[in-house]
Amino acid sequence: MLPESIEKNMSNETLITGKKAENAIKESLFLFTLYICVTIAILTLMTLIYDVLSTGITRLTSDYEVGLITKIQIDNPVDFLTTLDSRYPDRAGIGPAFAGTVWLMIIVVFVTFPFGTGAAIYLQEFAPKNRLTRFIELNLTNLAGVPSVIYGLLGLAVFVRLAGFGRSVLSGGLTLTLLILPVVIVASREALKAVPDTIRQGALALGATKFQAVFRQVVPSAIPGMVTGMVLGLSRAIGETAPLIFMGALTYVNYFPDTPLSGFTAIPIQVYNWIGYPQAEWKETASAGIILLLGLLLIMNSLAIFIRNRYEKDL
Amino acid sequence: MENVNNLRSQLTKTITRPIEKIVKLFITASAFAAILISISIIFTLLTEAINFFQDPAVTFKGYFTATRWTPTFQNPEYGVIVLISSTLYIAVIACLISFPLGLFSAIYLSEFATRRTRKVIKPVLEVLAGVPTVVFGYFALNWITPNIIQRFIPGTGVFNALSAGIAVGIMIIPTVASISDDALNAVPNSLRNGSLALGATRRITSLKIMFPAALSGIIASFILGFSRAIGETMIVTIAGGQYPELNLDPRSAMYTITSSIVNVSLGDTPHGTTAYNALFALGITLFIMTFILNIGSDYVARKYRKEYE
Repeated sequence: MLPESIEKNMSNETLITGKKAENAIKESLFLFTLYICVTIAILTLMTLIYDVLSTGITRLTSDYEVGLITKIQIDNPVDFLTTLDSRYPDRAGIGPAFAGTVWLMIIVVFVTFPFGTGAAIYLQEFAPKNRLTRFIELNLTNLAGVPSVIYGLLGLAVFVRLAGFGRSVLSGGLTLTLLILPVVIVASREALKAVPDTIRQGALALGATKFQAVFRQVVPSAIPGMVTGMVLGLSRAIGETAPLIFMGALTYVNYFPDTPLSGFTAIPIQVYNWIGYPQAEWKETASAGIILLLGLLLIMNSLAIFIRNRYEKDL
Repeated sequence: MENVNNLRSQLTKTITRPIEKIVKLFITASAFAAILISISIIFTLLTEAINFFQDPAVTFKGYFTATRWTPTFQNPEYGVIVLISSTLYIAVIACLISFPLGLFSAIYLSEFATRRTRKVIKPVLEVLAGVPTVVFGYFALNWITPNIIQRFIPGTGVFNALSAGIAVGIMIIPTVASISDDALNAVPNSLRNGSLALGATRRITSLKIMFPAALSGIIASFILGFSRAIGETMIVTIAGGQYPELNLDPRSAMYTITSSIVNVSLGDTPHGTTAYNALFALGITLFIMTFILNIGSDYVARKYRKEYE
């Protein structure tokens, strides 16, 4: 700090430029801090992806050192996807878990889509604006914030025990459905909201009933948006681990599920299992599983973006 | 208008088909399923938790005063305080990471970034939000712990609260950033322009005008982030370890509510046993904590929306 006498003697002009310089430093420091924060977030993601890729790639590329006698190691994606789990990290495949995830996806889609879009259509197009509707909406917001592990407990009590489905892929799929239903409903409502009112009014003016206007005009033009929401919900579902643990997915399941009531394991659960083993080789197998999981998510998100982009052009 | 509506309903009455009624019934029922799910969550958690407290081995007082969580030991103790304190501890570490990073990212996105940078950074944050938690758990255990924690704090164990907390923090950065970003964007442009027109720099405008104006939205994002940190399961299960006694050392393993739910359910827990019921007692404890936070976040967010209507 300058002594007061000197500060008073300075002309106004130098004071201002002095302050300007100081301000400029503060400005750039502030902007620098912001840059750092954004960069940390991006760098973390890149580090994560790089670490997983560099560790797991040995399981998926065929220049992996071949054993002395015959080729028994998993060294390419196809083998990894189709082989059973094993006691040896270099022979362990993700087959049953991959099949389990496919089963879960099928069940989730078939149950979530009708209920999710149905609820969205009711709330957006038919529901009266009253307290009950407000209450349903409030419920949906709250459900979206419930930790996934609690859905697991609900699934354990309702599907595994009460409904008697046991620790099966059906229980798992239904539990995941409950988990993503709020997300899908909200996304489908957004899709319906985006349909211009002129379409509704046009249909009504031509003599269509409310029902006809909604189901023959509004819903068809909202379908791409709804599908996008569904795909995004599904991509959340396949990454979920915690709720499935209660479905017995962690017990050693080394077969392909053949009916909805058979036991199962899923990719994230299998990865969690592999992470748990202390030997370093399992790290590579776990990473290979993560690569598959992230690859699946990438495909689904690209699909959602693709549908969204096409949809935007059409309207 | 009234007449037109009457006329229309008279006209259309004749062509209402049964299929329409069925479809309408179905979609109405779907919407009400939301309420049903909420009710069944509360009902199942409550009934099994009540069973838990009726067990002679458990006392309501012991649940809240015991300082060890050892349900599988010979003389089991059910001190939930151990779990709650660990949960909050890790959540606070996560918040120390995610609040500044998330908020500053949001300020950068809404106040400084050009349209093009926004277009790059927003999807990156979305991808970060979409990474499954089991992957973050792997990252915490196999990358953060050896490369950061053990390098700078030698002697830290493989499982520790610090790396779990950091990973949870990274996981909730997108939550904090995107809600804070929305809050900053909801502030009318006239406020920002007014401040800039009066000669305030962009830093001053961001910190003294935009930040206070969006404060309730930002606080809402913080509360929601905290709630998500409390409910996070896989990261803390994989990287946080299981230390069943009260302790506040960030280098040591901890035992959160969620990871003990997972660990109890990993063992053989047939229906009706105390361990099985304990799952639900923990479940309702967790549910109440996150529910209060979510309601709080919603309340704060609603308040700020009214300010600029």
